[in-house]
Amino acid sequence: MPPTLARFAALLPCDRLLFAPEHLAAYESDALTAFHTRPLAIALPETADEVIALVRACHAEKIPFVARGSGTSLSGGSLPVAGGLVIALNRLNKVLHLDPAGRTAVVQPGVINLAVTAAAAPHGLHYAPDPSSQSICTIGGNVAFNSGGAHCLKYGMTSNHVLGIKAVLATGEVVRFGGASREQIGPDWCGLFTGNEGLFGIALEITLQLLPKAECFHTVLAGYRTLEQAGDAVSAIVASGLLPGAIEMMDALALAAASAAVHADYPPGCEAVLIVELEGPREGVAADRVRLDSIIAASTPVEARPARNAAERVAIWKGRKSAFSAVGRLSPDFIVQDGVVPRRRLGEALRRIGEMTREAGLRCANVFHAGDGNLHPLILYDGKQPGEFERAEALAGRILKMCIAMGGSITGEHGVGMEKRDYLPELFNPDEIDCLQRIRTAFDPLTIANPGKMFPGGDAPALATHGLHPLEKAGVISRE
Amino acid sequence: MNPVLTPSTVNEFVEAVRSHPRVLAVGAGTKPRLSAVGDDVVRLSTAKLSGTTEYEPEEYTFTALAGTPVREIAAALAAKGQYLPFDPFLLEAGATLGGTVAAGLSGPGRFRFGGLRDFILGVRFIDGLGRELRLGGKVVKNAAGFDLPKFFVGSLGRFGVLLEFTFKVFPRAASTLTLRLPVPDATAALALFTAAGLGRWEADAVDLLPSGDAVALRLAGPEETLVVLAQEILTRFPGEILSPIAADALWQSLREFRWTSPEDTVLKIALPPAEVPALTANVRVSDGRVHVSSGGNVAYVALPGAADPRILGVPALTLRGSTPLWINPVTAPAIVAAVKSALDPFNRFPGL
Repeated sequence: MPPTLARFAALLPCDRLLFAPEHLAAYESDALTAFHTRPLAIALPETADEVIALVRACHAEKIPFVARGSGTSLSGGSLPVAGGLVIALNRLNKVLHLDPAGRTAVVQPGVINLAVTAAAAPHGLHYAPDPSSQSICTIGGNVAFNSGGAHCLKYGMTSNHVLGIKAVLATGEVVRFGGASREQIGPDWCGLFTGNEGLFGIALEITLQLLPKAECFHTVLAGYRTLEQAGDAVSAIVASGLLPGAIEMMDALALAAASAAVHADYPPGCEAVLIVELEGPREGVAADRVRLDSIIAASTPVEARPARNAAERVAIWKGRKSAFSAVGRLSPDFIVQDGVVPRRRLGEALRRIGEMTREAGLRCANVFHAGDGNLHPLILYDGKQPGEFERAEALAGRILKMCIAMGGSITGEHGVGMEKRDYLPELFNPDEIDCLQRIRTAFDPLTIANPGKMFPGGDAPALATHGLHPLEKAGVISRE
Repeated sequence: MNPVLTPSTVNEFVEAVRSHPRVLAVGAGTKPRLSAVGDDVVRLSTAKLSGTTEYEPEEYTFTALAGTPVREIAAALAAKGQYLPFDPFLLEAGATLGGTVAAGLSGPGRFRFGGLRDFILGVRFIDGLGRELRLGGKVVKNAAGFDLPKFFVGSLGRFGVLLEFTFKVFPRAASTLTLRLPVPDATAALALFTAAGLGRWEADAVDLLPSGDAVALRLAGPEETLVVLAQEILTRFPGEILSPIAADALWQSLREFRWTSPEDTVLKIALPPAEVPALTANVRVSDGRVHVSSGGNVAYVALPGAADPRILGVPALTLRGSTPLWINPVTAPAIVAAVKSALDPFNRFPGL
């Protein structure tokens, strides 16, 4: 055993430090399957103290480490570092404390997103951030990448729901930021830590705010002849003063795929389908739905279908949430983008994505969060065809540059990670990147925490064309 | 006395930061203790750095310079049927946007959708190296780079001169309705906070009044809905519906700290709701008064000038008065100094 491995082996029982090739292979990639890197070893700590000891050993030996939850990062955020340690946090999976009266939960980083809501549900509460991988992704990963979901316009992202963090920083220092209160005095350290992409350290305990589950929902699916009409309907809803919990859109290719995969039934001949959901006390929803229904009726849909009961609402969302993995079945490989544009430019953005896709000789499906302008163009390609991956990557880059030129962002909810690190300089000037770097090195002077992510440069990992993630093939997770 | 400069452009601010070894940006001075610093510090007034630079109602976003009075912004938003859901304090007193961000103050309305930290999207600032930087973004959803805009909320300008901000806003509810619900003590108030947090009503604000004998609960939504919800609440918690004029006066008094007297020391305390009864008891012992806001997550305490706030036994921030800025501070971890040094290596800005 090499001396560095021996150092870690002294901290964990032998069955919780993996370094055999067949074990390492399972951790080579995350959900951005185009990249893979073989790490030195995988550590499977079961307690916060073990995580702290591992990080301190990495610091002492100057060995890079990557924290990993369920490996669902779409930006390559949990891609291992060659010669580094992967600290897999899945066994720190306890909800440590639930306070229904204060509406908070204290959880370990390996707790699955949906498990928080499951624990809170008996009290009429839920955890609002709902990334599409919520049945498998972990809170630790959500915190590291400030994950989003379908309800961000009204409820914000992960960061808006994190009240307190106990973390071990890359220096080995253990800190507590925030606490059980929704308010704070002094700078917002929790806000700074959330979305650090694993570059500051590892969250060990996270205090989350819980929200009461809405009493009533009104969900409408509306089909439109053109993308522009659907975009205009979004603008009309937003201008009306209504605040829907979600406004989602799917284009024709996504609709065809969802129809084939989960037998979702959509109005025929539509280039776009919109899903709008109101929520709140039943009296409020009853009043708002009259306004929403009249706005949608005036937007000349091919057809508008309000869900008449809970089962129909579930069916609408099932079609929406399965759309990505369904599109994946149309193609051996695909790249998902996560750009954001100002909402009023959605129609223009979609038209330009269509033009650029045709120029690249590829296909692109769109499923996205229309309410907050967060696009998820899904670029289909076949990695076995020479040059296709490169054309798809080039198209992805053009789309990101378009988002920046429109005044938007390169990432709404997936993070920069490995995938978009070369585009950070398109968004920020050298002084701004230097400022971010200075903060990073304040937390991690040796740059051992998830090095190679977020910032441009560094070693390029190996590329592969693996096709779908096994869980995607199974329809458990999807890329959005 | 501190010398005061009033630069009127971003470039003049950059020049002022670069040419003085010790500076602090100041707004309207509505939270005077926050900017009471040593005489060696030159104050950079944001009085002339004012105005809304972008407002896109259909995007739910605006961008405004630090010296813009929050009242102006609220009025511009109201004209388009929108509002600042974090319900800022001290509008009438002339609080600026920059001062509100630096102080990290959110009003009673934070109960429903969150505080100032939950609506800030982007920031333009000058760091301790004298560089003008923009971080965060101008769209409602963004995950690129570290979230410096959030970090600066409550930072008291100690990491940089904050110049301009982009915020998310929401459509204003069609109407509001306020209930005044008498409570015998803080424990009863806590029960009401819990009920409001768990209930189906989607309360907009729920605060224990400084008089200590009643909770004010505000509902927001379609008018016909509010009457039904109010009646439902009153069957569980007896009280009265306030007239619109009385309700406005009540919330404005809270937002403007009109319930305090000018000689009082005014403190902000963040706390979990469960600690409200203990805090209110300690405040009473000190002959003080307390406004418990946002369902028991934050308290604003007014103590007679001679009282020692340390006996409250919890960390607090002095907004007004001559007591130390930080009361009962917790020991800062090493990372606090490291980040301060990263953003302000020459200690141009006062320490926290």
